[in-house]
This record gives sequence, C-alpha cells and structure tokens, in this order.
Amino acid sequence: MNAPQASRIMPPDTEISRPYWDGCKQGVLRLQYCSDCDRFQFYPRILCSECGGRSLSWRSVSGRGRVASFTVVRRGISPAYPAPYVVALIDLEEGPRMMSNIIVDDSQPVAVGDTVIVGFQPWGADHVMPVFELDKVSR
Amino acid sequence: MELCVEAALSAIADAGLDKSDVDGLLTCNAMAQPYMYHAEAMAEYLQIFPRYCLSVGAGGGTTFSIVHHAASAIVTGMADVIVIAMADSLRSGLTRDQAMQVQASTGHPQFEQPYGPTVPAYYALIAQAHMAEFGTTPEQLAGIAVACRQHASLNPAAQMRDPITVDDVLSSRLIADPLHLLDCSLVSDGGSAIVLCSAERAADLRHSPVYLLGAGEGHNHEHISAAHNLTTSAAREAGERAYAMAGLGPSDMDFAQLYDCFTPTVLVELEDLGFCAKGEGGAFVDSGALAPGGALPVNTHGGLLSHCHPGNPGSMFALTESVWQLRHSAGDRQVADARCGLVHAQGGIMSSHTALILSREAA
Ligand SMILES: [Zn+2]
Repeated sequence: MNAPQASRIMPPDTEISRPYWDGCKQGVLRLQYCSDCDRFQFYPRILCSECGGRSLSWRSVSGRGRVASFTVVRRGISPAYPAPYVVALIDLEEGPRMMSNIIVDDSQPVAVGDTVIVGFQPWGADHVMPVFELDKVSR
Repeated sequence: MELCVEAALSAIADAGLDKSDVDGLLTCNAMAQPYMYHAEAMAEYLQIFPRYCLSVGAGGGTTFSIVHHAASAIVTGMADVIVIAMADSLRSGLTRDQAMQVQASTGHPQFEQPYGPTVPAYYALIAQAHMAEFGTTPEQLAGIAVACRQHASLNPAAQMRDPITVDDVLSSRLIADPLHLLDCSLVSDGGSAIVLCSAERAADLRHSPVYLLGAGEGHNHEHISAAHNLTTSAAREAGERAYAMAGLGPSDMDFAQLYDCFTPTVLVELEDLGFCAKGEGGAFVDSGALAPGGALPVNTHGGLLSHCHPGNPGSMFALTESVWQLRHSAGDRQVADARCGLVHAQGGIMSSHTALILSREAA
C-alpha cells in the first residue's frame, strides 16, 4: 500500500538551507562548518551557535552515524506515511545530531548505538530527503 | 469560550469575589476555537476591563508559566486580582487526526516534520534513550500509568476510573515503541480557572489561601533533535530555582503533580526534580511511591493520563487539585496532612519547564 508521495510533508524552502537540499539532490550530505572553531553545526544558521562567528561554509560529511534513539511509529501521522516506520535521532560522525527515518524491513530490529549510513529518497516531485540504513558491515 | 467563561466564573465565585474585582486576566488560546486575541475576547465576553490582559502560549507548559508571570505581575503592581482561565475542546472540537496533527506541528518544519514523527513518537525517543542508558523497562513506564489510574479511581471527576494493571498497559496496542496506548494521555474537553492575588489581599477572602512559595523555569531547546540531553531536561533548573525561592527541597513535598502527557515524561521529571537520583526513576516507580498512600503520591487527581487532557489547559487541573489537597478538601483521595506540594509542567517536547511550590502555610 504505497501512498502517494505528493502528500508527504514537504520541507519549506528557505535560502539558508538551500545548499543542504541541493546536496541531497546530488546524493551528498552537506553540513555547515565553522572555520573559527573547527566545528560542524546542524540545522543551518546565520551564525555559528557555539562561537557566534560568521565564517561558515558548506562541507560534505561522511554520512555515517550512530543511533542516539529511535521509535517505531505504529500509527502513521497521515495516510501518506504507512506504518510501521522508524523515526530516529542520528549522531553523525562529525558531531551534529539530526532526525531522520531508518529504512528497514520488519525483520531488522534497530537498537540504540547501531551504526547507520545515509541514503537519499525522492520526496514528492522535485525534492530529496536524506534517510538512513543500518550499516550491515558493522553488524 | 463558554467553557473558559464558566471556569472563570466558578473560580471568582469560589474566592468570594465579584467580576468587577478582577483587574488581571490571563488565558491561553484554544485549538478547537482559536481567537486572534483570546484574552481580550474573554474579557469582552465577561464585560470585565482589566489593566493586565494577556494570552500566553507555551504548550503544555503554559499553565504554570502563566502563574509565574501572574505572580510577578502582582509583585510589581501590574495587577491585584488575576484570574487565570483556560479551556479547550480537543475531543469534541477536533477530529482525532486533527488533534494529532496540530500537536505534531511542534516539530521542525524542515528537519523533523517531513519524517512523520507523531507526538507519541517524540516522547518515545526519550523513553528509548532512557531505557538504553539506564535499563529502564516498559513495565516501569507502565507502572506510572497504573499509579495515575489508582488516583483517578478515587476521583469522581476523572475521565478514566477503572483500575488497570501493568499487563493491561503492556497488552494495549503499541503506538510508538516502546509506548503503548495506555502510556499515552487522554484527549478531552475541559476547562479550569484560579484566582491569584497577594497574601494580604487573600486574607479577607472566603477560603484560607494556598500560598505560592516558589516558582522556577528552565528552557533548553524547542526541537527534540536539538536537545543537548535526551534523558535530563530543563525541569532540573526549573526545580532548583523553585526550591531555592521556597527554601524547601524535594523531601519537603507531600505530593507532586507532574506533567504526564506520556509515561516517560514523568520518569524523567521524577529524577530531574530531585525525587530520586538520575537513572533511578524506574526503581522509584517500582517502590510504589507514586500510588495513593505512597511516599510521594503523584498526580492525585489522575493526571493527563487518567483525569483528562484538553491540550494546553491540561495542567490547570493539577493546579486546582493541588489547591484542594492543600485545603484538605480532596475527599477520598486526600493526601493525609498535606502541607506542601510541587507542580510541574512542560511544553514542546521536554522543552520549556515550570515548577511551582505550593503550601497551606505562608512560609
Ligand atoms: Zn564557531
């Protein structure tokens, strides 16, 4: 029962986040990097939230991370989200934490601490979202 | 609006006041019937003309945040007699899906909402992290729902009064792992109101007053993905600030009304508010402390889990319940000799926290 992609929740377009979404379309996860304090940050901001500096640039990251927490949603938010699906918080190797889905089939249990790797999924007509898969090698 | 007006009129009458005595009005907007200027609309409806009039929105944290603000307004002379009134009709005014989606919009529009987290899912992330870090079990989470229901069974006003067991919770449908249906609060219609004034002004009112001895807030994040810690919340700072103002500590509390939108919320709050050590919330629940007659009865009215949860006004019932407990007029569910209690609420996803310390004695 595949629900129409078009009715999924779409992230609103903002100028500051555009390099992130453009990266996703190219199959690359990019984060803002502060060269003043040598640190990545997420989500994108006009300043480094650590040092207040403005020397921010976009850099590609490994796309690898660990599961900080997760849940299996058994009752979807809308018909466009057929349950069950996994919503997780991922700690990226480069430091920042992000929310995402982990794409698994029912036979694959997820655990806190699991290693995951980014993938990219079309979201509606012209949008791409980063999602994660369990890193099978490390399991 | 009618529910909110009824609640305000009841509180004014209970205090032995007339609506013309009210010079401050604080409300929060209703999801089922939103107003652009809710407090003004309410004042107009009642035909009162306050000099302090404000509608506040801090999610589930609204109630006690408002009390904190109202107390400050009285101390600084902005108003003398403030009515705090809130009501909403999530059950009859919205479909279940509407209620769910309105509340899920707390997520970040770009970096959370598209992934489809539901409100239970956000709190499930906290539960799962606590289980992984401290070995907390679904049985211990269920114990919180069981204790709330025990209290509710003694409260004729509670929406859900039939006793439940840990097995009942665990065999109810999974909503967002590890949370089952009975780990989740209710969807209700409801309204409640209180009158807040200075101790001097209260001296000649009908009832002996309940005193606000301490108030504290803590704010850490809005979005759960930006929380610095999933298992410790800003309830810790809120509690520390409230205890310091009151000159009291956790062991002085005869009961606590803790925000219980979902069972893991209570677990984290028990720890952050100093009722047990970090990580020991599960064992504290196992000890039976939360139940009627326990070492720390929690949510003596039944809480959001079993009494009612009409959205942002939900914690108003924890407040009115605390007033009754401290007046020793709580009937079958009266906590023996209750002198002091702590109330706590949070809004967002463990984002904005307020703790209040209430007492039947002035100091
Ligand atoms: Zn920096």
